[in-house]
Amino acid sequence: MSATSTSVNGNGKYKVIGTRPIRPDGVDKVTGRALYGIDMNLTGMLYGQILRSPHPHARIRGIDTSKAAALEGVRAVVTAKDLPPAGADEVISLVEGTFRLTHLRSNILAGDKVLYQGHSVAAVAATSLHIAEEALRLIEVDYEILPDVVDVVAAMQEDAPLLHDDLTTQEFGEDSGKKSNIASHIQFKLGDLEKGFAESDIIVEEEFNTASVHQGYIESHNATAEWKTDGQLTVWTSTQGAFGVQKQTAGILGIPVSKVKVVPMEIGGGFGGKIPVYLAPQAALLSKLTGRAVKIVMTRTDVFQSTGPTPASYVKVKLGADKTGKLLAAEANIAFAAGAFPGSPIGAGAVCVFSCYDIPNGLVNGYDVVLNKPRSAAYRAPGSTQVNFAVETLVDEIAEKLGMDPIEIRLLNAAEEGMRRVDGAVYPRIGCRETLEQARAHEHYQTPLTGPHRGRGIATGFWMNAGLKSTVTASVNEDGTVNLMEGSTDIGGSRASIAMQFAEVLGLPAEAINPMVGDTSSVGYTELTGGSRVTFATGWAAYEAANEVKRILITKAALYWEAKVEEVRFEDGDFIHASDPEKRLSFKELASHLVDLGGPVVGTGAVDPDSGVGGSFTTCLADVEVDPETGKVKILRFTMVQDAGTAIHPSYVEGQMQGGSAQGIGWALNEEYFYSEGRMKNASFLDYRMPTCLDLPMIETVIVEVPHPQHPFGVRGVGEASIVPPPAAIANAIYDAVGVRLRDLPMRPDRIFSACLEKQAATVAT
Amino acid sequence: MSRKLYVNTTINGEEIEFLCEPRQSLLEVLRDDLEMTGTKEGCNDGNCGACNVIMDGVLMNSCLVLAAEAQNRNISTIEGLATPQGLHPLQQKFLENASLQCGVCTPGFLMAAKSLLDHNPDPTEHEVRHWLAGNLCRCTGYDKIVRAVCDAADVVKETA
Ligand code: FES
Ligand code: FES
Repeated sequence: MSATSTSVNGNGKYKVIGTRPIRPDGVDKVTGRALYGIDMNLTGMLYGQILRSPHPHARIRGIDTSKAAALEGVRAVVTAKDLPPAGADEVISLVEGTFRLTHLRSNILAGDKVLYQGHSVAAVAATSLHIAEEALRLIEVDYEILPDVVDVVAAMQEDAPLLHDDLTTQEFGEDSGKKSNIASHIQFKLGDLEKGFAESDIIVEEEFNTASVHQGYIESHNATAEWKTDGQLTVWTSTQGAFGVQKQTAGILGIPVSKVKVVPMEIGGGFGGKIPVYLAPQAALLSKLTGRAVKIVMTRTDVFQSTGPTPASYVKVKLGADKTGKLLAAEANIAFAAGAFPGSPIGAGAVCVFSCYDIPNGLVNGYDVVLNKPRSAAYRAPGSTQVNFAVETLVDEIAEKLGMDPIEIRLLNAAEEGMRRVDGAVYPRIGCRETLEQARAHEHYQTPLTGPHRGRGIATGFWMNAGLKSTVTASVNEDGTVNLMEGSTDIGGSRASIAMQFAEVLGLPAEAINPMVGDTSSVGYTELTGGSRVTFATGWAAYEAANEVKRILITKAALYWEAKVEEVRFEDGDFIHASDPEKRLSFKELASHLVDLGGPVVGTGAVDPDSGVGGSFTTCLADVEVDPETGKVKILRFTMVQDAGTAIHPSYVEGQMQGGSAQGIGWALNEEYFYSEGRMKNASFLDYRMPTCLDLPMIETVIVEVPHPQHPFGVRGVGEASIVPPPAAIANAIYDAVGVRLRDLPMRPDRIFSACLEKQAATVAT
Repeated sequence: MSRKLYVNTTINGEEIEFLCEPRQSLLEVLRDDLEMTGTKEGCNDGNCGACNVIMDGVLMNSCLVLAAEAQNRNISTIEGLATPQGLHPLQQKFLENASLQCGVCTPGFLMAAKSLLDHNPDPTEHEVRHWLAGNLCRCTGYDKIVRAVCDAADVVKETA
C-alpha cells in the first residue's frame, strides 16, 4: 500500500485548520446509532408506496383506484386529482437547478400524461409495506400509448414526438413561440471566432456522446410526513437542503412555508440528487387523509427509473491552435437531455466547457432538451464532466499532433487571474496552473509507465462552486464548550469542517465545539448542501458567529475585571487585561464565570457570500492497462490534484477528491442508463455497474492551496471538481495504451474492443 | 392476511423472539419490527452489502435472508460490534482514517470487515478489496476504507 496523500503549501498558519480531528458525528455512524431518513419510525406510522408508469410516454385516460382502496389494510390512495388546484407557476431556484412549480407537481403525481417509465401515477398508504405493494397491483390505469423519444439528438428534430403541448423554445431568453422539445437555446460569444480559426495552424473537431448516469447514493429517497389536525405538517427526510424541501412541499401543496417543518435526517449520500422533492408531498397528502404519519421509501429500481440521472449529452467541439500549441479559437455545440421537464445544467455546461483555458475567441451554443427520461438532477459539478470529456480529449489530440507534452500544452494555455471566460466572467486568483505544475512534479508523472497495452492520460477540470446563504448560531456553555447550530446537512464530514473554523477563531480545540444540524424551525435560513459551498459559506457563517462570541466575551471579561472593554484584548485563545497582563483568562476560565456576568453568550453568523468567485480546478493522472482480448480497462494508478484554497480538514478534502475520482472512473468506464424501447433495462446495482473496491487502486491525492481571495480562511470548496477530468484522462490513457480514441461514454469493453478491431483492419488495409 | 410465524433466535448474544410474516426478510424485521436500524438497506436485492450481518459465522446480506430462517441462529449486527468498554478496532480505525463520509454504507462495511478478520486476520490489500467487493460505497472511493481495515487488522493481531 503506497503512502499517498500530500498537501502542498500547508503553511502552518493555523492551529486547528489543517488538523484531522475525529468527526463529531463519527461514533454514532460507526455504531449504527445515527438515524437516517430511511430509519424513521413513528408511533402508528403507515407505509406508503408509489405506482409508477411502465410506459415512457402515454396519455392517462383514467385511473381506477377502487379495488386498491378496498383492500384490507389500505388506508388511503391518492392521485394527481388529490393535489390542491395549481396556483401561480412559481419558479423555485435551488442553487443547482431551477424548478417550475407546475413541473415539480406533475413530476410527483402525473396529470394527464406520463412522460417517462417510472413517472409517479398514484400513491397508497397501508398498515404494512407489503399490503401497500399489493394495493399498487390493484390500481387500474388506462393508458393510451404515445410515441417516445429518449435520444437527445432525435428529440431535437422537428418531427420528434413532443412531450409538452405548451413548451416553446426560449431563444436567448426570449420566447420564440416555436413548439419543440428544445426548452431553451443559450449562447456565449467571445472575440472573433472566424479570425481565431483562420489564424490557427491546426484545427480539430469531433462529436462526443455521454450516457445518462446516476448519482448512485446508497440510501434511497425517503420521506416521512405527519400532517396534524392543526394544519402543521412535519416532514422527516434525507435531503441536501431542508429549506428547499420546505419551499417545494409548501408550493406543491399550496400552503404557507410556515406550516411546513422539515427535519433533515442523516443523509446517505446525495451528490446533487437529493435536492428535488420526490415523495414528501405524496406522504403529506396520505397523512392528511389518514391522520397518521406516513413513510415512503423508494425501491432501488424506483431510484434509478424515477430520480435524477445526470443528463446524457451530445457535445461537438472544434478547437484551433497555432504551431506552438497556443489555443486561438474554440467552438462548442452542447445538447443536454433534461429528461421529462426542462432544467438541465446546460448553463453550467456552457460556462465550464472552455473554463480551463485562456482562449481569446469562442462561441458556445447550449440546448436544454426534454425527452422521455426521468427529470434530470444535479450530479457533482453538474454539466462540467460531459463537456470536459470532449475538450480534454481534443487538447490531447492537438498536443499529440504537435509533439508536445500534454501537461506543457495545458500550462501554455492555463486559465489565470484576470482571464475572461467565454461567458464573460473574469477570474480572480485561481489555482489552475498550480494543479498542473503539481501534477507534472508528482512522482507519478515522473515515473515512466512500462508494459504492453498500458497508457497514461491526463486531464484538467473546473467547477465554479457556489456561495449563498448560510446561518450558524453558537451558544457558550459554562464548561467552556460551545453548542453550534447550523443549517447544512452533513453529507461528508462538514460538521467537523464548520466546527473547526469556529474553533480556529477562538483558539479552542475542535472537540470543544458541539455542532448540530438544525431543522427549518430551529436554525436560520440556509441553502442546500451543494455547489461545494458548505465548508466555504457555512464555514464563513461559523467564522462570523465566532467573532461575535469573541466580542461578547471581551465585554464579559471587562465586566469580570471591572475594566473598560477597550482594556481587554484577545490573544492566542486568552482574554488579557491590557494594562495588567497578570490578568489573563482562558476561554474555559472565562466561561466558568459566565453565570455571574449577565446575559447568555450567543453569536450568530448569517452570510450570503458572493458565489462564482471561488472556482476549483483539478488535474488528474490515470494509468491504465487495456486487455486486448476483451477491451476491459484496468486502472493501474490514479492521482488527483485539486486546489482546495485552504484544506480545513485534509482527510475529508482527500475524501471528496477520492470519491469524485471514483465516480468519474465509473462514468468513464461502466455506468450508463441502458435503454431499449424507451425503457431502462438495468435499473439495479447488479446491472448498473458502479465501481467496487476491487475495480479501483488507491487514489492518490495532492491538495494544492491557493487561498480564496475573499474567504476569511481562504476556503474554496472541494466537493465537486474531482469528478470532472477522470473520463477524459482515462480516454487519453486508453489512446496512449492502444491507439484508439473513444468519443462515447461509457468506454465499455465492447466499444474499446471494436475500436481496436477497426484500427487493426485499417492498418491491414493500408 | 398471512399467518405469522414464531421465531426464536440470538442477536448480538441475546435471545430474541419475534413474530413475522413468511414473506418478511430478516432485514425488514431487524429494521422495522425490532427497531435495530443500524443495519441499512441500500438495494433490497443483494447488490450493495449495506444490510450485512453475520449469521452463524457467515457474512450475509440480510435482505436475502427470510426472517423465518433466523430460527435457532446466532446473528451479529452492527449494534453488537462495540462493547460497553469501547469501540471495536475496526470502528476506531474507520474514525481515525475518515473512512466514512455519509456513513450509510459503514455498518455493512464494518460487518463485512469483521467477518474478513475473523476468517483471515492478516489480509493483504488485495484480499481486503476482494472480500469487500460486495459492499458498495459511493462516497469515499474506498481508499480510506481499505486503509482502515488493514490498520485494524494490525491492532487485532497485536491484541490477540
Ligand atoms: S440491502 Fe441487502 S445487499 Fe443491498
Ligand atoms: S460513506 Fe457514503 S456510501 Fe459509503
